[in-house]
Amino acid sequence: MASSNSLMYSLFQRSLEDLIKGIRLQLHGDSSFISKSLDEIRREIKLTDLSTKSIALQKLSYLAALHGVDMSWAAFHAVEVVSSSRFGDKRIGYHAIAQSFNDQTPVLLLITNQLRKDLNSSNEYEVSLALECLSRVGTDDLARDLTSEVFTLLGSSKAFVRKKAIGVVLRVFDKYPDAVKVCFKRLVENLESSDQHILSAVVGVFCELTTKDPRSYLPLAPEFYKILVDSRNTWVLIKVLKVFAKLASIEPRLAKKVADPICEHMRRNVGKSLLFECIRTVVSGLSDQETALKLAVAKIRDFLVDDDPNLKYLGLHALSIVAPKHLWAVLENKEAVVKALSDEDPNVKLEALHLLMAMVNEDNVSEISRILMNYALKSGPLFCNEVIGSVLLACSRNSYEIVVDFDWYLSLLGEMARIPHCQRGQEIGHQLIDIGMRVKDARPELVRISRALLIDPALLGNQSLHPILSAAAWASGEYVEFSKTSYDIAEALLQPRTSLLPPSIRAIYIHSTFKVLVFSLKAYFSAQESTSSPLVEESTSSVSSPENAFTYKSISSLVNMIELGLCSLSGTLDVEVQERAKNVLGFTGMIKHKIAEEVTAQGSEIEASRAVAFMEDVFSEELCPVSATAQEKFPLPDGLELKENLEDLQEICGEFLKPVVESNSNLFSSSEKISFSVARLRISDQQEASSSSSHPPESASLLAEHRKRHGMYYLSSQKSDDHNDSNGNNNTLNEYPPANEISADSFNPKKKMNQSKPRPVVVKLDEGDDFKMKPDASSNDEPLSRAIQTALMGKGKEKEREKDNHERSLDPGIKEQSSRKEKKTKKKNGEKSSKHRSRRRSDKDAIAAKPVEIVDFLL
Amino acid sequence: MTCLIMLASGIHFVLLVSRQGKVRLTKWYSPYAQKERSKVIRELSGVILNRGPKLCNFVEWRGYKVVYKRYASLYFCMCIDQEDNELEVLEIIHHYVEILDRYFGSVCELDLIFNFHKAYYILDELLIAGELQESSKKTVARIISAQDQLVEVAKEEASSISNIIAQATK
Repeated sequence: MASSNSLMYSLFQRSLEDLIKGIRLQLHGDSSFISKSLDEIRREIKLTDLSTKSIALQKLSYLAALHGVDMSWAAFHAVEVVSSSRFGDKRIGYHAIAQSFNDQTPVLLLITNQLRKDLNSSNEYEVSLALECLSRVGTDDLARDLTSEVFTLLGSSKAFVRKKAIGVVLRVFDKYPDAVKVCFKRLVENLESSDQHILSAVVGVFCELTTKDPRSYLPLAPEFYKILVDSRNTWVLIKVLKVFAKLASIEPRLAKKVADPICEHMRRNVGKSLLFECIRTVVSGLSDQETALKLAVAKIRDFLVDDDPNLKYLGLHALSIVAPKHLWAVLENKEAVVKALSDEDPNVKLEALHLLMAMVNEDNVSEISRILMNYALKSGPLFCNEVIGSVLLACSRNSYEIVVDFDWYLSLLGEMARIPHCQRGQEIGHQLIDIGMRVKDARPELVRISRALLIDPALLGNQSLHPILSAAAWASGEYVEFSKTSYDIAEALLQPRTSLLPPSIRAIYIHSTFKVLVFSLKAYFSAQESTSSPLVEESTSSVSSPENAFTYKSISSLVNMIELGLCSLSGTLDVEVQERAKNVLGFTGMIKHKIAEEVTAQGSEIEASRAVAFMEDVFSEELCPVSATAQEKFPLPDGLELKENLEDLQEICGEFLKPVVESNSNLFSSSEKISFSVARLRISDQQEASSSSSHPPESASLLAEHRKRHGMYYLSSQKSDDHNDSNGNNNTLNEYPPANEISADSFNPKKKMNQSKPRPVVVKLDEGDDFKMKPDASSNDEPLSRAIQTALMGKGKEKEREKDNHERSLDPGIKEQSSRKEKKTKKKNGEKSSKHRSRRRSDKDAIAAKPVEIVDFLL
Repeated sequence: MTCLIMLASGIHFVLLVSRQGKVRLTKWYSPYAQKERSKVIRELSGVILNRGPKLCNFVEWRGYKVVYKRYASLYFCMCIDQEDNELEVLEIIHHYVEILDRYFGSVCELDLIFNFHKAYYILDELLIAGELQESSKKTVARIISAQDQLVEVAKEEASSISNIIAQATK
């Protein structure tokens, strides 16, 4: 019964073509048809008949490749099909294996013998199938077990087989570095093959190998050089150029040597792909070779003006490679770059943008920004934000290095916020605050811009711009003394539409209102004092400009407005908003009748002004940037293990926790302890007027108390113990080591000569402190490169090499000398190829000690 | 796990997608899990099919470059590393299309739909481990037809009546 069933299946099995036709006939989705076919395949693939099995496997491969069906369950059946004696079945089997196997496939071990058998087959096509399969699924074990077969095939007389064997070598070396000992010599011999296909294959292999570890292949430079000069095959030359780009990066003398032949190729009328490879090799590796670079830049110009968008894109790309070292090449082509900004291809536009940003310096920053803002206004959201982002990044680099006129820059930031597609609120907001803290001279303009932003109705509706509003609200409160009319600012902060904002930002608005109020009261009282007492008449405060002069009427209308604006918030659900609103309301409630009293009776005036002076003190502490290295200045307390066992964690989280690189590494230090100060103020409602000057020690004692209670959260340092307040410093953060060692921007007289307005001082920390991550010297290719170096130096020298390694560390001088001597003697020798070969054989010891060796006739 | 990255050499994968977004061929030279494969296809065909006709043939994607070219209703896409030569890959694509053309006799999308495995075998002769290995169109055509003949002979044997009877009575 079973056999008749299987006969049925075999005779009436759907072929691949039937399956494809069936799928095409399905009008309403093909999922049900596919699952039906899959059931069929599952039945067929279990039959003993290999041809039925192989057709089932082929259908499954089709479904897996084009319809995403899982075929890992059929791994064993693929192995069965491969063992078929018929070529067609075998091909289907190998194809399925290459398609679906990975290193973890359990049945992989079962194919070792089959692969060996097919690699030794007399049928070259079977050999080729096995090689292709090995190139895709070769594991450590397979590579080890089949090295000798691959070695034999490397010398095959059939070019068709040999070139595939060469392709497989890459995988074999990668998985089983010891294979180098066996196969490397034959691989190198193939570099001299006259067959272009074999040459192409072997150069391709070396191209990949060199990419991973250039140093090991320096000794082969002469062979590559010969190919570079002699070959006329585009594919081969492109690969060789890639090899030289890598080699020249570690051996500058080589760059000089290959510059000429590369120029030769560029001058020849070669295909565009080869020409581009020449250009790229020159701009990336040989940019110190003047003639070559000039020629390459000339060719880039041809690309840039070409109608072919591909060439235009690649031209811009090449320019961006050369830009960091040779900006002149970009400046020469500025026109073409700017023109590319309006290209219809987003890729081209993006490249042009990057190039333009590379050109930016303090002389042209405003011009370039102007051009870019126009493009940002015109283009779609994606490119628009790309433009804004790169302007922000370029201008903020290195503490606003290229910005001279901060008033201009702040207005540019304001302009950015108003571009309809702008989504860079986070960065813009950050920079507004950052500039406020760093650049004192820019604060008046900052407050002006902030107010304009606050009252702009367009910003409130756009959620991604809220960080800007939050920054503007903070700045207008913090630097209110630079404003012309604090009333207007309070009005802007209290506008009814702020109800559209999220609570966290509203809290900032309210808090800023508080600061504005305190400032206004202070200005009012000091004006009162100066008018009432003739003694202080001359000291009319510098902060209050005529517009800020308050009368009783104006100050009470301000207080009333604030009360009106906030009273509705004292009942909101958000605790932060509610509490802040109540704080302000409590303060206004207290101060209001004091002001009223004061008009009638002069007596209580002092009390009221003291309360205000107290608040003023609280707010007068300036917010400063903190050095990114502040933490490092702490001595590490005993018993605190910072490096304990967290490496495992990084491994686990590495994927998710990519290091966030901020354009600005400084953090904000909140030196305001406003929340508890206000609370105290309310509790000691009547006593607070006792002495405002007692505030600093008071807050310090509070801090000390806090420290006593929560000592375990504080870092221990001896300094804090002998900390005293006698120096009159009201810095509540005295506990910390001096983090803010301010270094003002050095004044550059040359640049400033022609500037009408000197560049304001920018507070800059961390000068010279750069956090360069040193690349890990130990690479993963270690075993492979060691094997290759050994292979190049001669066989069986590994032990000696290791011994030499020890010697080298002891006595480098002698080795150096001896190898130099070797070189001299070799120079006298006659013919090229025999020369370096004999050298390689003879000076084993010297080379072993000095693994990187450039053959001297080349240089 | 580092070996996964190291293995990725030359071309990472080849995709053939029709203008309607139907996948016609996929070949993966770097290890991608099945789920990842579907995601890549969806993501890339979205990007590429939406690009206008006069734009350049390269797309930057996840730190790689995808070189694509449209022939009639089919998009041929190959994914390469940043440092690889885009123009060379365009030539490889063109080369592949020419070989297909020669093999099928003015190839069209239907040829590839019904002979999808043949398209694979031809690609296998063109590239090995993601590297170009055969640049002569003539040679590829010769090799493929030789293999086809091998299959034909075997098929004739297999489908002979006596063979079927032998199978059934086994």
